[in-house]
Amino acid sequence: MSMWEYANPKLFMGWTRPVLPWSFALAGVCLVVGLVWGFFFTPDDFRQGSTVKIIYLHVPAALMAINAWIMMLVASLIWVVRRHHVSALAARAAAPVGVVFTLIALFTGGIWGQPMWGTYWAWDPRLTSFLILFLFYLGYIALWEAIEDPDTAADLTSVLCLVGSIFAILSRYAVLFWNQGLHQGASLSLDKEENISDVFWFPLLVCIAGFVLLFIALVLMRTRTEIRARRIRALEARTRRA
Amino acid sequence: MIALLLRDLRLAVRAGGGFGLGLAFFLIVVVLVPFGVGPDTELLSRIAPGILWVASLLAALLSLDRIFALDYEDGSLALLATSPLPLEGAAMVKALAHWITTGLPLTLAAPALGFLLSLAPDAYAYLLISLLIGTPALSMIGTFGAALTVGLRRGGLLLSLLVLPLYVPTLIFGAEAVRRGAEGLDPTGALMLMAGITAGSFALLPFATAAVLRINLR
Repeated sequence: MSMWEYANPKLFMGWTRPVLPWSFALAGVCLVVGLVWGFFFTPDDFRQGSTVKIIYLHVPAALMAINAWIMMLVASLIWVVRRHHVSALAARAAAPVGVVFTLIALFTGGIWGQPMWGTYWAWDPRLTSFLILFLFYLGYIALWEAIEDPDTAADLTSVLCLVGSIFAILSRYAVLFWNQGLHQGASLSLDKEENISDVFWFPLLVCIAGFVLLFIALVLMRTRTEIRARRIRALEARTRRA
Repeated sequence: MIALLLRDLRLAVRAGGGFGLGLAFFLIVVVLVPFGVGPDTELLSRIAPGILWVASLLAALLSLDRIFALDYEDGSLALLATSPLPLEGAAMVKALAHWITTGLPLTLAAPALGFLLSLAPDAYAYLLISLLIGTPALSMIGTFGAALTVGLRRGGLLLSLLVLPLYVPTLIFGAEAVRRGAEGLDPTGALMLMAGITAGSFALLPFATAAVLRINLR
């Protein structure tokens, strides 16, 4: 049995039904453990004080905002190449979740930036790229909403997602050219000597796992909703014809 | 292809208003900015590159929905799709026609408007060059956006939402080239990168545009 058979809507509904509550529960456990551990059982940073603790929301949200777009890109590619309807619906389901993660990353960043940088917003390359990513998400969702025929909508939005990804990457490097950075560099790379201290690193890992699971759970749930909505539309169309 | 280009140009010039409208809009936006920020010459000359670029971007945006909408309504787009000319070629010609009717006049008019904003004397050449290199990319990207929204009845607003984020890299490099020119720095890097975006758009986006048009004509 190949992995593509899971894209059959009926099979998909079948295997997601038991998986869904588990992924929600696991996400909840990870988030509660990670956030409580991070907020109450880690020391304050010697320079940032307690503001460092926003890292447990900011970093996972920012990570998932980008990963959600990448997931949409992969799902769009699968739709374009193999025309699996579940794939297109999953891309559609992921977009609003990605928007919310982007917003969380922007807001928590602003809250952290006010005491640390003295400003909620700076036209820093990373911040600006995130704002542009947010605009891309909005355009993608708006296009889905605007087109009535579901297959046309899936086709057009997946092309937009492919082209948009290229331009999003271009924008990412264009803003580097345009302004100097205020945001610190990566502190979680696997290949770097100096990373964040383990005291902060372990609860952060748990939080990241929680956000990943939450994303999976939300996308599965929204995809199931989309499939049901489409079934209802099909049934309605059939009764109208009869 | 040349016949199609000439047809589009003729339509744009004769079908009343479309041709000059973008230019007039460009002029109005540039005139409005000093009302908004005050007549301080020093401030104006500092923000002039950005204003000229943003204004030309908006003016190009204004005429995008005309690229395919009329052809879609009267069926000539379907005819184009079945003609021996590949749809990719037709998309590129459409973008070229859009550039000749909006991008090129904007480029030529921009230095005159630079006077209004007291642009630094060194920057005029770079303004002209950057617009000359950059506006074709605006037309090509916009053609892709217009193809995406051609089937929609009220696609205008959506079109701006889709196209404007795609304009970000071009705008950054364009305005940066003029700014560097104005400050006496070397703008070649920005110009080269912008030329890269234009060349890349013309190489790849016709395929995406044609794919999208085929979906919309289905």
